Amino acid sequence: MAKVRLHALAHGRSGDKGDTVNIGVIARDPAFWPILRDQLTTARVAAHFEGMIRGRVERFELPNLHALNFLLHGALDGGGTVSLMTDAQGKTFSTALLRMELDVPEDIAGPA
Amino acid sequence: MASHAPRTMIRIASGQGFWGDLLRAPVDQVRRGPIDYLMLDYLAEVTMSILQKQRSRDASQGYARDFVPLMGEILPDCVDRNIRVIANAGGVNIAGCRDAVLDEARNAGLAGKATVGVVTGDDILDRLADLVARGHTLASMETGAPLEQVIDRVQSANAYIGARPIVDGLARGAHVVITGRSTDTALTYAAMIHAFGWRVDDWDRLAAGVVAGHINECGAQCTGGNSLVAWESIPDLEDVGFPIIEAWPDGTFVVTKHAGTGGRVSASIVAEQIVYEMGDPSTYITPDVVADFTTIRLEDAGENRVRVTGIRGRPRTDRLKVSISYHAGYKAVGTLVYSWPDAVKKAREADRILRARLDRLGLAFDEIRTEYIGWNATHGLLAGPPPADLPEVELRVAVRSSSRTAVESFTREVAPLVLTGPPGVTGFAGGRPRVQDIVAYWPALIDRTEIEAGLRVDVTTA
Repeated sequence: MAKVRLHALAHGRSGDKGDTVNIGVIARDPAFWPILRDQLTTARVAAHFEGMIRGRVERFELPNLHALNFLLHGALDGGGTVSLMTDAQGKTFSTALLRMELDVPEDIAGPA
Repeated sequence: MASHAPRTMIRIASGQGFWGDLLRAPVDQVRRGPIDYLMLDYLAEVTMSILQKQRSRDASQGYARDFVPLMGEILPDCVDRNIRVIANAGGVNIAGCRDAVLDEARNAGLAGKATVGVVTGDDILDRLADLVARGHTLASMETGAPLEQVIDRVQSANAYIGARPIVDGLARGAHVVITGRSTDTALTYAAMIHAFGWRVDDWDRLAAGVVAGHINECGAQCTGGNSLVAWESIPDLEDVGFPIIEAWPDGTFVVTKHAGTGGRVSASIVAEQIVYEMGDPSTYITPDVVADFTTIRLEDAGENRVRVTGIRGRPRTDRLKVSISYHAGYKAVGTLVYSWPDAVKKAREADRILRARLDRLGLAFDEIRTEYIGWNATHGLLAGPPPADLPEVELRVAVRSSSRTAVESFTREVAPLVLTGPPGVTGFAGGRPRVQDIVAYWPALIDRTEIEAGLRVDVTTA
């Protein structure tokens, strides 16, 4: 097994709804989808953002797009114009998630 | 619903993803290739309260002003080629927006030729007290608290309405249909309902229309803008083509853009837009249908063409979402830039000094937030410790309070750090930070019958 950044396996986009951030994560190749589905658990994502969000994490699967959608509650300091954050709309949470390191088989780590 | 349009493919172009998007985009959509409909999305959650404030200062304002000169420029082409325009540009002064567009139309030589339809009835600000008195709690969807808690501070209140009134305006021949708080997606699929005569319970096709609308509503975000898919290889973003939906009567559609424009349309790029601002993907609720985004099938179908099929929907719900905004205090943001050496160390010491001075002044804030731009402003704790030898960093301190006086005092404490704090500092030439009103957002639900009874469609000829 080898360690790779999620960024090598997936792309995505994030946005806001009130004080909640959504992060959609999409496999760059269908071969990466089982890795995302199995390793990118709610607990793993919650641990990744520990200290940065106040609420719970929800996870939804879109197997048709080889994608997962995460909702991070209490992530935006109140959200909207209440928030004092530079990124009050949560636009950069997608790249923050893509920092995560995953264990993958060598043959997938190689070309990626 | 009966329709007089031919039941063949229609092209629905997106010309504006938010108020402030590229001004040239809708003009290019009209002039650089064939389209049948042009949709323009101007309204975000906070926009309605901004417009309400503008109207309270000047009764003739309260709509997306950019829309009016745009109509002056493209309406002659639209009337000539029978391109229909659908826009939520009306904000909180839909009649004012219509009158300004009619003036533009007459100035452009379209008197007696151009017709403008308006959809009204989404604005329930004047009805709130009555609705609450009749037992509608309008509880916050986020906290469950009843609206009574903030009703004396409410600035705007609008129901999200669906496509049917827009379809009515199109059926009555309007070249331009102006709405207030229509859903963003309805601006696209209203054209499909009009052209194809879809029934109100044709859930799968309506859901397909919603997906098309969701892809269209953020402009170039589905044609290569803000995309993490090989972003460096996306060609000619300076001339990015905005999206065009080629829709068919059976609910299938192709996402594309005009030939010769920049950007890229691929299944991966469209997928990125599909997951944007998504909740539970199986239950995407709109006024007209509940769409299931886990049924969407995407396939690349030629250069800059993505085919979308397979979409399923479920019956609409009995309630509509209401977007209420209310005043929630004040905030201000102060910034200073610190240079090498020890840029972050200096900025942190400046932050400590600033906070100590605010403390000595006895000022109370609900929150003081410090970020270091160049180090941790976007990825927070995930950024790790500050990199050694950072050439520069921007100290950004923001405060929030229910007291305007406290926030004003803060704005006078930032610039003095330049002569009274750590060295190597600049970036204060802009003067004192501005005190900003905080307008908070209160999402709620209401029985749809309360809203639908008050919806009106009026069509006027220039």
